[in-house]
Amino acid sequence: MILPSRRGFAAALLALVAALPALAFEGRTVTDATGREVQVPDDPARVFAAGPPAATLLYALKPQAMIGWVSAPKPEALPWLRPEAAGLPELGRLTGRGDTLNLEVLLSTGPDLIVDYGTVSGTYVDLAGRIQQQAGLPYVLIDGSFAHMPQGIRQMAEVLDVAERGEALAAYAENTLARLDALLAGIPDADRPSVYLARGPEGLETPARGSINAEIIERVGGRNVVEAGTDGLATVSPEQVQAWAPEVIITIDRQFAANVGAMPEWQGIPAVENGRVYLAPSAPFGFIDAPPSVNRLAGLIWLSHKLYPQAATGDLRADVAEFYELFYGLRPDDAALTALLGD
Amino acid sequence: MLVAGAAIGPYALPLGKILTVLAGDRSDPQAATVLLNIRLPRVLAAALVGAALAAAGAAYQTTFRNPLVSPDILGVSAGAGFGAVLGILMGLPVLGIQALGFATGLLTVALVLGLTLALRGTGQVLVMVLCGIAIGALAGAGISLVKLLADPEQQLPAITFWLMGSLAGVKRADLVATLPALLIGIAPLLLLRWRIGLLAMGDDEARAMGIDATRLRLLVIACATLMTAAAVSMAGVIGWVGLMVPHMARLVTGPRFDRLLPAAALIGAGFMVLVDTAARTIALMEVPLGILTAVLGAPVFVWLLARGARPWSE
Repeated sequence: MILPSRRGFAAALLALVAALPALAFEGRTVTDATGREVQVPDDPARVFAAGPPAATLLYALKPQAMIGWVSAPKPEALPWLRPEAAGLPELGRLTGRGDTLNLEVLLSTGPDLIVDYGTVSGTYVDLAGRIQQQAGLPYVLIDGSFAHMPQGIRQMAEVLDVAERGEALAAYAENTLARLDALLAGIPDADRPSVYLARGPEGLETPARGSINAEIIERVGGRNVVEAGTDGLATVSPEQVQAWAPEVIITIDRQFAANVGAMPEWQGIPAVENGRVYLAPSAPFGFIDAPPSVNRLAGLIWLSHKLYPQAATGDLRADVAEFYELFYGLRPDDAALTALLGD
Repeated sequence: MLVAGAAIGPYALPLGKILTVLAGDRSDPQAATVLLNIRLPRVLAAALVGAALAAAGAAYQTTFRNPLVSPDILGVSAGAGFGAVLGILMGLPVLGIQALGFATGLLTVALVLGLTLALRGTGQVLVMVLCGIAIGALAGAGISLVKLLADPEQQLPAITFWLMGSLAGVKRADLVATLPALLIGIAPLLLLRWRIGLLAMGDDEARAMGIDATRLRLLVIACATLMTAAAVSMAGVIGWVGLMVPHMARLVTGPRFDRLLPAAALIGAGFMVLVDTAARTIALMEVPLGILTAVLGAPVFVWLLARGARPWSE
């Protein structure tokens, strides 16, 4: 073994000391949605997204900086993702109740920043501060609500040091929302359909108004029949759905969409009678939620065509292809679009 | 109770309309759909599940000579729960989930009995119960593992709701699939209810009266398990009914099993229809049955305890 010479050691020490102030002053200070001032590095190269919504936004903004997924993309999502990001490992979940990610495992992957995108509540604010302290990593939380989406994208892009890309995506989001608002301005309340959002193979799990899983229904002008005051998922009985008599049913469950026509307890519901049960596409990310992130912009375009087939403007296939190219980096061809959207 | 259950629901149906639909009038297809495909199967399912759980609970309590025993003492609920959540994780169709839950429920108890046999403790209730607790804990760990592996966006909510118990999705086909198991389970109990009652006096006394206590106990366990597994695989995990209703029945009939069993089954059916009617009407959302039975069951149980212990056998 060769011992480092004393002079070499001193030089190394000197270099380290010289680097210290640089380390301390490198990077920027950002104020996140929790109101905390967080020191973030310039051009962070290894970023961990704490929850699925953040992972989707990080993928859209700066895929080369991802170090892993919260939950690995499903096999059917893989063809829709950049290959270098699709193969990243599943690290687990850091936000919410019951983390599955061990902080030591996370630190062993050498991240320089943790970002989160989603609900800003007391729990998450507290969690962000605690993890930052415990892991010694900057942890930035950005508000992920629909209303805040363009700003959220810009803020996240600034944190990730990809302002230009962020501006492109945020402008797209603004434009999409503005187009939707222009469309809705011409549609009186009476022409806006009542919508039931069906989940689970029986279609009996549903998010109520105010739930982040159903936020998109209200945004696109639909009237969620589930008015109850919970903001999570609930089960309802088919009898209750009969009483609500929704004009449109949106589902994220392939099995339910395939079977609903033959299920006796769903007969007579206007949406079923009129063939207005729509299966939301889900690759690589869901159109309705799953996760509730920027992927919902594609759902917004899709829903505006499904809810208002007469009034909707623009070419659904072309618009969705453009969104995929801009956000996910791959432009789907005609066959892929048909597989995604149906005919 | 059945009539009240059939008449009450979120889709407004006047009593007259219900009667005309039942008489064969199909002029209002929507009313017929609601009544025949949704509400009636559900009310019947609630009655069956309640009767099965209560009868199984009464049988278990009598044969184990212990008032704190409920049908899941040998791990059948945890086992069936594990099978069902596994089915949800694998994305099976609904009947597949139910079948898997049913099978693992039976398998769990078979495993417990096999273990007891291997430990040469067939005659010893305590060994059997301890084995049941151990296997039940294993199944519980399995459920937690499945939850961990489940997709948090879609499967996890489904698993959570299922474990809390609900009859929201019950159809006629489920009834048809579950009914045979329930009938096969309850028939021997009803036929042998005199002999089973003798078990409550203790194995030695039963033996003195010419009864093979060990074999009879195994038969009771098999029947009660069959019913519980069928009920759980259809309605999810519903606690308290199997523990509490036999006590309510005992207040009415006294501890004699031959009277207790039918009373428990009837009260269980009525109680479950009542609870399920509440579950689907007190809010727009379904209130999980497991929550309602516990909210109603816990105070009653404490009250029973406060009244002091009643004699266990005559």
